[in-house]
Formats: sequence, structure tokens, C-alpha cells
Amino acid sequence: MTNEECKKAVLDIIADIAPDEDLSNVKPEVRLRDQLQLDSMDFLDIVMELRKRHGIEVPEADYIQLASLDSCAAYLTPKFNALAAKS
Amino acid sequence: MNSGSHYDVAIIGAGLSGLAAGIRLAHFGKRVCIFERHNAVGGLNSFYSLGGRKYDVGLHALTNFVGPGVKGTPLGKILRQLRIDRDELALCPQKGSRVAFGPAGERVLRFTNDFALLESEVARDFPAQAEGFRRIARFVRDMPLAGGAQGPSARAFIRESIGDPVLEDMLLCPLMFYGSAREDDMDLGQFAIMFRALYLEGFARPLEGVRVIMRVILEKYREAGGERRMKCGVRSVVERGGRAAALILDTGEEITADHVLSSIGAVETAALTGARPGKVRTLGYVETISVLDRQPAALGWGDDTIVFFNDSDAFTYRDPAGQVDTRSGIICFPNNFDYGPGRELAEGFFRVTCLANYDAWKGLPEDAYRADKARWFGAIQDSARRFLPALEPADLLERSTVATDMFTPTTVEKYTGHVRGAIYGAPEKNPEGRTALSNLYLCGTDQGMLGIVGSMLSGISMANRHILQAPVSAA
Repeated sequence: MTNEECKKAVLDIIADIAPDEDLSNVKPEVRLRDQLQLDSMDFLDIVMELRKRHGIEVPEADYIQLASLDSCAAYLTPKFNALAAKS
Repeated sequence: MNSGSHYDVAIIGAGLSGLAAGIRLAHFGKRVCIFERHNAVGGLNSFYSLGGRKYDVGLHALTNFVGPGVKGTPLGKILRQLRIDRDELALCPQKGSRVAFGPAGERVLRFTNDFALLESEVARDFPAQAEGFRRIARFVRDMPLAGGAQGPSARAFIRESIGDPVLEDMLLCPLMFYGSAREDDMDLGQFAIMFRALYLEGFARPLEGVRVIMRVILEKYREAGGERRMKCGVRSVVERGGRAAALILDTGEEITADHVLSSIGAVETAALTGARPGKVRTLGYVETISVLDRQPAALGWGDDTIVFFNDSDAFTYRDPAGQVDTRSGIICFPNNFDYGPGRELAEGFFRVTCLANYDAWKGLPEDAYRADKARWFGAIQDSARRFLPALEPADLLERSTVATDMFTPTTVEKYTGHVRGAIYGAPEKNPEGRTALSNLYLCGTDQGMLGIVGSMLSGISMANRHILQAPVSAA
């Protein structure tokens, strides 16, 4: 998986969690909560969906890694790839 | 231990707060079971059948209604967190409501789902208070959504901005009637929740009433894998080492759960653990319902959605000395929502709610209870009709009435299990939801949130905070 595919996977999750948000212009380097109406509960939902859909566990200490799309990609892409390598 | 009788979370009560919490927890993969003593779901926001008709229980309207695209509101939050598409709820906005004070309702503040109308009404009738009113609105807008319901006196707060006691009472009347368990005043936090719910946001209703909402919620719960057991309440909570170690069901079965979430009220929950509360002060209500053979507008009553009435300039919100206080109340016409072209309720409904004294209704012999109900039915409607256009001929209402029903505080107690029939719970609210037992939490009526949206938000917040353990400052 590439960084771009990873960002897409995260955006897909956000689109389902927050269907009322416009995701066409999300800046990858800016914190998600600075450009979207997402609160800590919504991040909890993102973590849950990552686990449910992709089998990726994000421990609480790492939630900070999900702040922006860029940081999501940096943190999650290796996890996606490690999972793919295992299967 | 039999694994069939152990759950991650046991929820007591299948009202909207318990169901919303259940959906949330089941989404997160928790094994959840809801235990409900009644044969119907919905708790204080349910519906029932009588004489071939379906009636909503108490649902005058869904409050906290905002249209699509309005961000950062309680309705948006529950839709998101429960994964509900707003179209599923089929909400239709109110046509317009009013607060009417004076012997025949001469003093009027109209309001709709557009806050600008109420602002202009205040500016017209109370020009000196307009700026103060806007200041209050700004304060409420800046409050966090689930900010808790405790705090100082709302009246003291209002008086810092508004110097006219009539306006103060006119603004408080709907807010108290729609969610205050405290007499004559409100906690500031509760006031802010209610001001937002009724004035900044607004009223809506599905054409088919609360059962539409219940259907959606039940389906989400089922899809998420939640279990429920109906006609099976929780008889007691077994305490060991400061924890709810087990629940004894009405059937005598014992089940265990890591967490227990109780939606049945603070006093009612404490009673399950064997606590014997002292005298509880509560507020009770009666409601009369008339089913009409035509729309209320066709009778000549116009298209008010809800009318909050009070027959003098000063509003009293207190447990009545007699059985019912008919000086003030709420008139609701469920017909008067904007259901869209060609869509209307098949029959007319005229509902009136007033404050009632639980003790004056409780324990009456059956025939006396029935006689009192019949007597008050007429008195309540006569009182309310002072605030509506006179009908011609004078007996038109009687002639167009095809069915009636009425509930009292004892009806509410019988069907919901809420002590003394208290719809808004105890005067002291518990926004944190903690109890004397470390794994037993409250949600619902005693958290100080209001109505259908508030109860669901309460269930969601308590599930998030205590069980899913949302980090306070993630990302």
C-alpha cells in the first residue's frame, strides 16, 4: 500500500463516520480537527473502523499519530503493509 | 460460570438512552444485553395502542432539530455516532409555536425553528431587553454540548441580562415545562441545554410519530449485534467489593457483566442495590388527548404547533397543592408540523399537559380515580382553550371528538417504573453518571439532558466515557 492509498482508506472511514463533512479539499498536512468538525469521539470511531475493516490496532498512546492525513499515512502505511505481508 | 450469562455490558431499560448506549457499545464489538421490564421499548418516549389507534407517549415533538448542514449540534452528534442517516428519521419541522401569557394569552412570544423570529418578537415587545436577550443566546451558543447540567441559578443568570420579570418568566416557561425537575428555577447548565434545544434549534416530528424513531434505533441495535430481553427487568444488583458483581433478573436468573449501565433513574437504580432513599421531591404531569374527526385548523384553531400558556404575568412551576394546576400548561397539535404537500395525519389531535400532584392521585380507589380523571379532563381542556380561538358553535370540539385518553402521574409510574411518575427525574442531576458502585453508571433521565435527542446523547456519552474510555485529548 502506498501513502496515498492509506490516506484514501482513512478518508473513506471519515466519510462514513461524518457523512455531513465535505472531504473534497482536506489538506494532508493540516490537523484533521482544524479543518473538519471531528472531536475525540470521532477519533475513537476512526480507531474502531481501522480495527474492524483492516484489522489494525491503534493503541491509545498512538492516537496522536492520527492527527493529520500525512501523519496517518506515516503511521498506518507500514502497519497495512506488515499485515499484507503476513497474509 | 456459564458464558451465556456473562456480558461485557448489561443495560437496564430499553428507552432511548439505553438503546443508544447499546448501539454504540455493540458497534465497538462489546457483547451487550438490554433488560427491559415492559413489553415495549421506548421508556418515556414510547407509543401505545388503544381502540385501534396508536398514540405517542408524551412526545410532543423532537427538540434539538436542525436542518442538514448545521454543524456541531446534538442531533448531528447522535446521527454520526449511531450511524443514522438523517433521512431515516423522516423529521418534519414545526409550523410555529408560541408562549402566551395573561388571562386570554394577550402577551405573546412566537418562535419557530428560525431563531431570528424569537429575537424579533423580544425586540418588539421588550425593546429594552433585546440586547440582554442576545447576550444570553451568545452564552448558550458558546456552551459545550454535553456540558453537564449543574450550576448556579438560571434565574440569577438571566437577571444579569434581562430586567423584565415577565420576559424572564415567558422565556423560562417552555424550558421548565420541557425538562425541569426543579421547582421555579433551573440549574444554569440545564437552562443552557434547554434554551438551545427549544429556541436556538427547534421542533420536528416524523409523520408517523415516535415509532419511526424507535424502529430505526431498534434496527441499528439489532444490526450491531446487540441483544435484548423484554418483559425481563432487573430485580436487584448484587454488590461485592464496591462493584456490581451480578444482576438478579425478574425471572430469578443471575447474570454478570463487566459494566452495568442503568437508564432507569438515579433513585430507582439506588433502590436496586438496596438503598432506601428518603422522601423524593418530584414534579408530575397530567395529559389529556382528544382525537378529532378533522384537522385542528379545520376546527378554526389555526396552525400552532405548540402553545405554552400561563394565565397571568407571573409563572409558577411547582408541585400543585391540588391534583392539577390548570393555570398553565402546554397545548400540542401534532398535526401542525410541515409534513409536505398532501401529507397529513389522518385524524386531528389536541393534547394538553399540566402539572399534577402525584400524592393527590396515588392510592385513590378505582372509581374515585376515574371520576377525578373525568372531571379534570374537562377542566384542563377548558383552561387551555382560553388561549385558542373560540370555536363556533361552542360545542364543536365535543362534536368532533371521536376518542379521548388521559394519563396522570400514576399512569407514568405504572408503565415506566419511574418513582412517583417523575418524567424529568430527580431535581439533582448527575451529568457524570457515576454511582456508589465503580462499574455501575447512569444514563438517561437523571443526567439533565432533554428529550429524544438528549436521552440518546446521554446514552452515547456515558458509553463513550465510562466503557469505551474515550481519551480526553486525542489527536
